[in-house]
Amino acid sequence: MAEQYQRDVYGETLVKLGQQDKNIVVLDADLSSSTRTNLFEKKFPDRFFNFGVAEQNMVATAAGLAACGKIVFVSTFAVFASGRAWDQVRMSVSYNNFNVKIVATHAGITVGPDGASHQALEDIALMRVLANMNIIVPCDGPQTAEAVMAAASSPGPFYIRLGRSKISTIENKGEFKLGRAQVLSAGNDATIVACGIMVQEALQAVKNLGLKGIKARLINMHSIRPIDEKIILKSASETKLIIVCEEHNTIGGLASSIDEIVAENLPVKVIRVGVRNRFGQSGTPAELMKEYNLTSLDIEKAVLTNISR
Amino acid sequence: MQNKPLTIKELEARAKAIRRLIIQMLVKAGSGHPGGSLSATDLVTALYFNILKIDPNNPQWPDRDRFHMSKGHCCPLWYAVLSEIGYFSKEKLLTLRQFGSILQGHPDRKTPGVEAASGSLGQGLSVGLGMSLAAKIDKKDYRVYVLLGDGEAQEGNIWEAAMAGGHYKCDNLCAILDFNGCQIDGRCEDVMGIEPLAAKWQAFGWQVIEINGHDMQQILSAYEQARKNKGKPTIIIARTVKGKGVSFMEGVVGFHGRAPTAEEAQKALKELE
Repeated sequence: MAEQYQRDVYGETLVKLGQQDKNIVVLDADLSSSTRTNLFEKKFPDRFFNFGVAEQNMVATAAGLAACGKIVFVSTFAVFASGRAWDQVRMSVSYNNFNVKIVATHAGITVGPDGASHQALEDIALMRVLANMNIIVPCDGPQTAEAVMAAASSPGPFYIRLGRSKISTIENKGEFKLGRAQVLSAGNDATIVACGIMVQEALQAVKNLGLKGIKARLINMHSIRPIDEKIILKSASETKLIIVCEEHNTIGGLASSIDEIVAENLPVKVIRVGVRNRFGQSGTPAELMKEYNLTSLDIEKAVLTNISR
Repeated sequence: MQNKPLTIKELEARAKAIRRLIIQMLVKAGSGHPGGSLSATDLVTALYFNILKIDPNNPQWPDRDRFHMSKGHCCPLWYAVLSEIGYFSKEKLLTLRQFGSILQGHPDRKTPGVEAASGSLGQGLSVGLGMSLAAKIDKKDYRVYVLLGDGEAQEGNIWEAAMAGGHYKCDNLCAILDFNGCQIDGRCEDVMGIEPLAAKWQAFGWQVIEINGHDMQQILSAYEQARKNKGKPTIIIARTVKGKGVSFMEGVVGFHGRAPTAEEAQKALKELE
């Protein structure tokens, strides 16, 4: 199975975009070799600006560039993009509804050894409360390219969440469309909704459950805003149980998005597989996924415990 | 588009008319910020009538000079000037802060002539920096002006932008600091000292011009000196009086964020005749 760093794909996609459109401008805050915006810098030095370790200035400057017709990609680690510069994202980007595309890398617990200060477990929540903001959490390399292209060609602000580690490519996902989820496996016994790195964990869980005679539906919810409300309600009515998996705090992220939709329309049981109100810590990604109950086994257990047969 | 420049006398008369509008808007609205609007009136009036290359009939003209008001609470001043110069009708001014108005309590892109929102202090110089970089990318010669407050200089984001403006040698960027010496909780020097301001901006790589912000001749010369300067951004540190033009508001901290009563407004308008 092919494996890629999402941020490599991001950097390469930026170069492609830069060739197609002279209005693409890229900003970074001293992390361009990690976020891979340095690939764009090498090709288009006149349209790349490094702001040093000053994320607030970077984000508000992006707004000024966008006010002059630029499509601005802004990158740093997810903790800083969403947290450090939140007020700038709120007023200068989101409220103005500007064409600023925040591509945040190193999100989630799998940042690993850097520990809690660098593990963004709140970023989806922070971005989701902002009106106008679109949020995409791609599940692999190819989907990262699709998400970046979609953000570039759609008006308004975007937050795209990428991981640090290499990630396996998931085959046969079907067409990528903003706001339209992808059904990766059919089944009516339970629905598993996942995003980002949790999609591959969920795929493994679906396989294991299949061996036990349980047919789980798996949905790759790459777009968190706008979200595919239709497929959530369809699944709520057809499977009665939804398990939501995210490499994020269980408060405010994908699970909350699903909770809000089913609670208003068609209440069914929603079980959250995510980080439960804790900060992260140092460790390998595998150790941390296990410690924070984010593995395929945890998803499988959540289905088995809650399914009514 | 460039209008015929006004004489000093004409500019002073315009500024007085704009101060009247500010008072009329604020008393109608019943809330808002007179002190900082009145202190920056001469600076913004001179800029719009004699310096900026703009076309009120075509607010989106790509080659226009940009102005951004980072100290967004002083938008009554901005709105009055935009209306006087023809972006929208005078009647609209009396809808300030009302439900459904194009004139929000703090700047919003709904208002013709407003490029970006402001209100949360400290972000506007960065927004101007982005506009300046856009001009450089596109090899256009429009200029960017950003009005800052003095209390606002306590925000860290201002100094991040100052550092980047110097680093990128943004000579098409001109900041104007309305140094009226007052903020909500008192005198700046008592609340959180910001001096020495000139030395700070010089250290960040800016050309610094210090003027009396109520002297039209000095204001025009400063804008001219800023335009001629190459290789670094300029900041005009303008010494001003909070509430300028209305005797009982001048230097009074309390009029930072309180609208005049009907009686006070009447008195103020009399002084501004």
